[in-house]
Amino acid sequence: MSEDIKKFLYVNRKAPYGTIYALESLEVVLIGAAFDQDVSLAFLDDGVFQLTRGQNTEGIGVKNFSPTFRALGDYEVTKLFVERESLEERGLSEADLQDVTYEDEDDDWAEKPSIRLVSRAEMADIMADQDVVLSF
Amino acid sequence: MSTLHTVNKSPFATQTLLSCLGHAKSGDAVLMIEDGVYGALSGTQLADVVGARGNELSLFVLGPDVAARGMEPGRLIEGIESVDYAGFVDLVAKHDRTQAWL
Repeated sequence: MSEDIKKFLYVNRKAPYGTIYALESLEVVLIGAAFDQDVSLAFLDDGVFQLTRGQNTEGIGVKNFSPTFRALGDYEVTKLFVERESLEERGLSEADLQDVTYEDEDDDWAEKPSIRLVSRAEMADIMADQDVVLSF
Repeated sequence: MSTLHTVNKSPFATQTLLSCLGHAKSGDAVLMIEDGVYGALSGTQLADVVGARGNELSLFVLGPDVAARGMEPGRLIEGIESVDYAGFVDLVAKHDRTQAWL
């Protein structure tokens, strides 16, 4: 990695449709992906609800942006850290989350999971390891 | 390496302050701003939780936000320091990164 690549973390702590935060975050991630930085996404607190399977927004007249997470791999955004305690507090497990994968160009384009469950302590370490933290 | 955390929500309305305290690391600073300053009040349900982190974290409030809400400085949890806007800037400059808890 060259010297001018910085570590960016996008922190997602809001559920997807009650406010505009989640969609705005995803938009900024996609814009930021054009700048060749080392990007990670963190999902904690209500942010874990953004990644649940089976979202259907037809009845509320807003865009279901959850499939967009599955496109992030094409923009080399392949690290989606999800906090295990936040899932458990909300009665969720990894099985309730959609499958998000990327193709690893360094491993013959093998398909690998982008979602990585981490503990709260590991999440704190990830946050402390960044150059820039953007909160949503 | 350390982080300045800002919290701008009342801890009686959201889990924001608790989540921040649950992720802040020893040597970090937490600055309560806007409605976040209610988290600095003594005698509340949360005062012990907040005060207990005072040993390893530096806790601050933004003074103008405290004054705006009519909170007497004497009502703040012991050890929490009040800063003005210039002090806020100094805190940002002093730490390696700033993380906003919204």
